[in-house]
Amino acid sequence: MFAYIVRRLFLMLLTLFGISVIIFVLLRVVPGNIVDILFDAAGFVDPADKANLEKELGLSQPIVIQYLHWIGGLLRGDLGYSYVSEKPALDEILPRIPITARLAGLALLFSASIGIPLGVLSAVHQGSRLDYVLRVVSLSGLSLPSFWLGLLILMASVSMFGTMPIFNPNPKTWMEAFAIYAVPAMAVGFRSAALTMRITRSSMLEILRQDYIRTARAKGASETSVNYHHALKNAVLPVITVIGIEAAFLIGGLIVTETVFNIPGIARFLVEALRWRDYPIVQNLVMFIAVVVVVVNFTVDMLYAAIDPRIRYGD
Amino acid sequence: MRSVQALAVGVLSVLAISDVSFAGEPKSGGIFRIYHRDSPGSASIHEGATYSLNVPFMPIFNNLVMFNQHIAQNSIGTIVPELAESWAWSGDNKTLTFKLRKDVKWHDGKPFTAADVKCTFDMLMGKSQQKFRQNPRKSWYDQVNDVTTNGDYEASFNLKRPQPALLSLLASGYTPIYPCHLSPAEMRTKPIGTGPFKFVEFKANESIKLTKNPDYFKKGLPYLDGIEFTIIPNRSTAILGFVSGKFDMTFPTEVSIPLLKDVKAQAPNAVCVVEPNNVSTNIIINSTSPPFDNIDIRRALALSLDRKAFIQIMFEGQGDIGGTMEPAPDGLWAMPKDMLESIPGYGPDVEKNREEARKLMQKAGYGPDKHLQIKVSTRNIAVYRDPAIILIDQIKSIYIDAELDVVDTAQWFPKVARKDYSLGLNLTGNAVDEPDQSFYENYACGSERNYTNYCNKDIEKLFDQQSAETDLNKRKKLVWEIDKKLQEDVARPIIFHARTGTCWQPYVKNVTIMSNSSYNGYRYEDVWLDK
Repeated sequence: MFAYIVRRLFLMLLTLFGISVIIFVLLRVVPGNIVDILFDAAGFVDPADKANLEKELGLSQPIVIQYLHWIGGLLRGDLGYSYVSEKPALDEILPRIPITARLAGLALLFSASIGIPLGVLSAVHQGSRLDYVLRVVSLSGLSLPSFWLGLLILMASVSMFGTMPIFNPNPKTWMEAFAIYAVPAMAVGFRSAALTMRITRSSMLEILRQDYIRTARAKGASETSVNYHHALKNAVLPVITVIGIEAAFLIGGLIVTETVFNIPGIARFLVEALRWRDYPIVQNLVMFIAVVVVVVNFTVDMLYAAIDPRIRYGD
Repeated sequence: MRSVQALAVGVLSVLAISDVSFAGEPKSGGIFRIYHRDSPGSASIHEGATYSLNVPFMPIFNNLVMFNQHIAQNSIGTIVPELAESWAWSGDNKTLTFKLRKDVKWHDGKPFTAADVKCTFDMLMGKSQQKFRQNPRKSWYDQVNDVTTNGDYEASFNLKRPQPALLSLLASGYTPIYPCHLSPAEMRTKPIGTGPFKFVEFKANESIKLTKNPDYFKKGLPYLDGIEFTIIPNRSTAILGFVSGKFDMTFPTEVSIPLLKDVKAQAPNAVCVVEPNNVSTNIIINSTSPPFDNIDIRRALALSLDRKAFIQIMFEGQGDIGGTMEPAPDGLWAMPKDMLESIPGYGPDVEKNREEARKLMQKAGYGPDKHLQIKVSTRNIAVYRDPAIILIDQIKSIYIDAELDVVDTAQWFPKVARKDYSLGLNLTGNAVDEPDQSFYENYACGSERNYTNYCNKDIEKLFDQQSAETDLNKRKKLVWEIDKKLQEDVARPIIFHARTGTCWQPYVKNVTIMSNSSYNGYRYEDVWLDK
């Protein structure tokens, strides 16, 4: 087990290195840089000014030097300066992480707490009206784009309550604080909840047909015990996998949701930074997201072993 | 005589402010909440070329002079003193001297002096040690030899030749006075001004906050405790925010005509105005290579335009047809209607124009059996893309089959500079309704913003002639002649001039949206909230 963990950690580092190279090169392959964008807004300005600014920002150096400069800084904890705001990249990124973390956490919580029980219900009552209704709901969840759902929620909120839950850094009431996170979390988590529900349902259906379930019933175990103790425990492994993957994919949904609900999190910030070609922000944010995804994957793998004692990682 | 006029304008402006203060019974207090359409690149007005910067940061500063903030049509006659108490032209019209106020302090408590004026313009003219990262309006001061000071409270602009337009350029929201004691880098991140509001914070993509300057030199102003801009790039969210009352005002001139209907339907009490914004939608033509190196094809293109159709489709009829200068009645320099309609392609009979265009195309070797294949390049922004699509549809009628080439914003100007296009659809905004700014910037030989490299030395002589002309009527006639010639030369065919909307809640008082510029009306010193 120990050797496995060490090997996984080594692979994680290798993955992160690969990602760092890819993102660094890709950013520079994309046409235009911050200087083009700044000067684009002003129309043409003196090309000499443009060259000076490129030099000042270190963009005229060879790409390898630029990469080494970035990685060296990263290892020392120096993330560089945002080209746009001219503030340390760390100061720009750090305050936004808790906002997105809260939103993502709530979305995953919503996804699991709604998706798993409904998936179980749907499987247990397979073929019933309830099952059909839940399947329609889950299909809708998979089909509705989160930006559209977000806008619908905002419009409904304005027309029904005369207000809307867009971000406010200083909420006045507990309800407002809850609404500014919970409502967008529901919008972004709805798709995940639908997916979780479908996976839970199919996994449960498979498990419920197993011999040991029949044995449990024959031994007189209650339906609740059969469904939740015997079946769900074994059906939950693929669900955990999906939730793990969803955590990684969530960033895509968050970009749209943060934009629609005007939440100043890292997802929207990343898109804006990309628009400005603000390399220090984009590179470091992508690396941060990569670290989160890699760690989540690792944790999910470790959870397998914790949940299912039959799984043991060989040396 | 001129100094007397200036003094009179000054007195009138003081009276105007007094009028606002007492007759309108303004209330002090409250935070003015506006949504912002995007996150500006920095806080330094001098280094930007978008009114995304002027709107939130203009309240921090003062100019030497500015356009009266409550007269929608900016003109030389509406210029009022600000940091200057008065101004006077010398007898030969080559020196413009400003007497400065003595009671002005920067937000950090340091006194404002003539040295700050000199510093600002030395930097703008590229004469100082400290440099702006970008200096997009350097050419505005091409006729200024130098700025000199006489003591702490007098500054003079010494010109190479008379240029009456200089005063209008100095009154633009783009011409604030910067403090000498701060570097350009500091002004980009934590600007300090003398204006009615102090900078509090600018969180990129999030918000911009300003607070009342209690030591503002105009006693009793500002009325507001502060201004907060919430950056909401998503237009639907922003409009919903306004409708739900989270914002007191929309971002100025950012509500499109179709959206305006939604706002009025959902917030019937909102006050909405539609004004021209002195932004023209035009065609840039690469005349250095085939097929548009052929003047007949360029003329055919100009003849094919159905300008009314553009305006009907995009603005439900609320737009204007004109030349380079903003159309009347809001534009000060617009050609008379009959003169405009005498320009090929501007006549009311579109079908007749197109028939003529088809003949020109046939002369150039194209016809029903041989269409010209081109690409229409434009930026990947809706206000660029939409008219480009209409243009593509219209030029089909003269045997031109065009494909839309959508260009990423970062690549737009580099592509234009490389001349890597044949036809482009472009938007040109004018900071001031002033021919000097428009002609030199967009049509002068060698100008950085003359994207098409149009160069006509004869017209350039006329540019100088009108620029130096001090008789307003004579100057207007010269401007009309130049504008007509530019359209006839198909230098950069103007399709239309847009109109856009701004809405505010009924309790917001004293907001005036300028009708011939989007860059000059955001001091907000006497805006108040009737709550």
